[in-house]
Amino acid sequence: MKRSLILFVALFMFMAASIVFAAPPTDPLGVVTIKPGEPIHIAYWFVTAGSDSTLGIDTKRGVEIAIDDIKNNLLGHKIKFDGQDSGCNAEGGQAAATKLASDPTIVAAVGSNCSSEAKPGAPILWNAGIATVSPSNTAPYLTDPKRGSTYDGYLRTAHNDKVQGAVAANFALKSLKVKKAATIHDGSVYAEQLANVFAETFKKNGGTIVAQEAVAPTDTDMKPVLTKIVTAKPEFIYYPIFVAAAGHITRQVKEVSGFEKVYLMSADGAFSVDFYKAAGESAVGMYHSSPDFEAFGKVYEDFIQKHIKKYGEKTLAPFHAHAYDAANLIFKAIEKVAKKEKDGTLYIGRKALRDALYATKNLKGITGNINCNEYGDCADPRIAVYKTSPENVKKLEMPKKSFWKPY
Amino acid sequence: MPTKFHRWKESITATDIVMWFIGFALLVFIILGSILTLRAGRYTPVQWFDFVIYGLAQGSIYALVAMGYTLVYGVLRMINFAHSEVFMSGPFTAYYVAAYFSRSSLLESHPFICLIIVFIVSMTVSTLIAFLLERIAYRPLRNAPRLIPLITAIGASFTLMYLFRGLFGTGFQAYPVWAVFTGKWALFKGLEIGKIQVFVIFAAALVMITLYLFIQRTRTGKAVRSVSEDKEAASLMGVDIDKTISVTFIIGGAAAGAAGVLYALVFKQVFFMMGFIPGIKAFTAAVLGGIGNIPGAMLGGLLLGLLESLGPSLFLDGYNIAAPYQLKDAIAFLVLVLVLIFRPTGLLGERLAVKKA
Repeated sequence: MKRSLILFVALFMFMAASIVFAAPPTDPLGVVTIKPGEPIHIAYWFVTAGSDSTLGIDTKRGVEIAIDDIKNNLLGHKIKFDGQDSGCNAEGGQAAATKLASDPTIVAAVGSNCSSEAKPGAPILWNAGIATVSPSNTAPYLTDPKRGSTYDGYLRTAHNDKVQGAVAANFALKSLKVKKAATIHDGSVYAEQLANVFAETFKKNGGTIVAQEAVAPTDTDMKPVLTKIVTAKPEFIYYPIFVAAAGHITRQVKEVSGFEKVYLMSADGAFSVDFYKAAGESAVGMYHSSPDFEAFGKVYEDFIQKHIKKYGEKTLAPFHAHAYDAANLIFKAIEKVAKKEKDGTLYIGRKALRDALYATKNLKGITGNINCNEYGDCADPRIAVYKTSPENVKKLEMPKKSFWKPY
Repeated sequence: MPTKFHRWKESITATDIVMWFIGFALLVFIILGSILTLRAGRYTPVQWFDFVIYGLAQGSIYALVAMGYTLVYGVLRMINFAHSEVFMSGPFTAYYVAAYFSRSSLLESHPFICLIIVFIVSMTVSTLIAFLLERIAYRPLRNAPRLIPLITAIGASFTLMYLFRGLFGTGFQAYPVWAVFTGKWALFKGLEIGKIQVFVIFAAALVMITLYLFIQRTRTGKAVRSVSEDKEAASLMGVDIDKTISVTFIIGGAAAGAAGVLYALVFKQVFFMMGFIPGIKAFTAAVLGGIGNIPGAMLGGLLLGLLESLGPSLFLDGYNIAAPYQLKDAIAFLVLVLVLIFRPTGLLGERLAVKKA
């Protein structure tokens, strides 16, 4: 009796001690310790320079507004938000991810913008235990079941292009009633996969793909390739590529004899005010597939007001809301897994954070209900088609009303 | 006769045979592809004509930039990698002038005056940059080992690129449209030719001929030629080497500034990294034509433009290769390899071989 009492007391004391002097939690991928007064470091890898910089600036602002909305206070800590330019190409993505991976203070990352950056970059970050949530990567490969375990730390709040490509194909067939289409991609993961999804859906639903061409993102003279395409006589050209090259195609297409009446359509990668600058008047009347802003609802209007107030201009590209949601996804997951000591020190397990991100269900975001599946697809994908008016080009403003919706 | 054949046989190595074999294989591939394409009859003569015109317009821009590379190589035996930034600086600065004309509607009322002013601004800026580049970055290193100016050139290239990034921002700007250059002129039998292409080809030809005559016919030009032939001898004959080298950079800069405006008129987008790809292509053109040789640079530029425009359709269509225009650069460089296998000095590059010896 007495002996067991002693044992009991000893056990009790041991437990009490272990609660008071809690050893830092362990995690198979390491734990980030944030001392009192230190910020929680969240990094971006966005394209912030060059012709696709609107995409990066737009998403960066989305995250900044999300930080403002939690009053820059997460579990009593400030948030440090900085990052690297990722260039919208594989090399840039690799370089940016390598730089972020070398910084052990980074808890989680937001990015990348272009799918080509994520393909080499996401495994580098995950190798360093950093989970990343992309607001604008849409290539199907990144959340494909066959992507491999190196992408285990990768999630996205952007739609999967399996949805976007199909919407574009159905729009061409049902609304424009065209039967012959041509596609142009630029060799990037995003464009190539999106063009392929479009082509498959278009063929399946009764259309013919008469030409599938490719250019390089740095090409400027598109007239030769357009001359090749014109021999196949398409009624519709789908070129889901980026701003610079899409601008060149849009400007040069009407210079090629035989393309006076062709319909032009691009996608969310070239749906920005910079595209209107690049393509000028020739963009009038063309179509873009993009997230459906009207489906975002009331919260989105508040977001736009905050954006105008903070930056003095309207949004620049389509993925600011997704970036806002990506940031909130990370904040919620950190709140869930962080272990807080009395003095305010935070311990965040890297594997635990990743698992919490993947376990996100029914998070109310601007873009809809965020539900992450086992491969990191979290979006509530609603895609609409937009048509460019002369006003849009003149004032460099995104169209407000969608032109066509699949639902 | 037998001795000559014998000597030729002696001088041939295994490498030569392999290279010739590769060369012939490529040549057969290209010729066969062209025959197959032409027999398939996918393109009308009008479309072939269009390909040629697009290629010539692009090629004449390359040719102008290539002149800068070749001139500097001629006098200094160095590759001026910062020349692509000389090409970028002019039109990027002149954009702000063009945008001002566009806003003030001067562009609509006096398009040609505006165009001339834009040319003057661009050429002045490019010339000034090229001049300062030589003064600040290259002249102090004139007698350093060869590799040092080369690395300096790469450094200068980045410095200028990021200087302009700092000045004008990371985003790109789009040149306004000159209404006089939109549309086409109808020629006979359904042939049409874009006004802008005609303008680019003629303007480039004019600049090239002027510069060529300047180098061939004037005293200063003679000095440039003499320095490129033998620096010491020229100096002994009383040629001011420093001044002549400056003149070379000024000529190259002016050509690049003009090329930049032509580029901007056709493609509209200007930004701080716009010089990189045209710079590499123009350097390729200079090598293709025989570096150090001015008519060679012109020929190389035009040929490269034509290859990029015609090549994928002409060589690869016959083999039914998917999306051949992705391989446009590969074709251009393949032909460069082919030329260098058969003529290591480039197309018109004999003079260099003599000079080097």
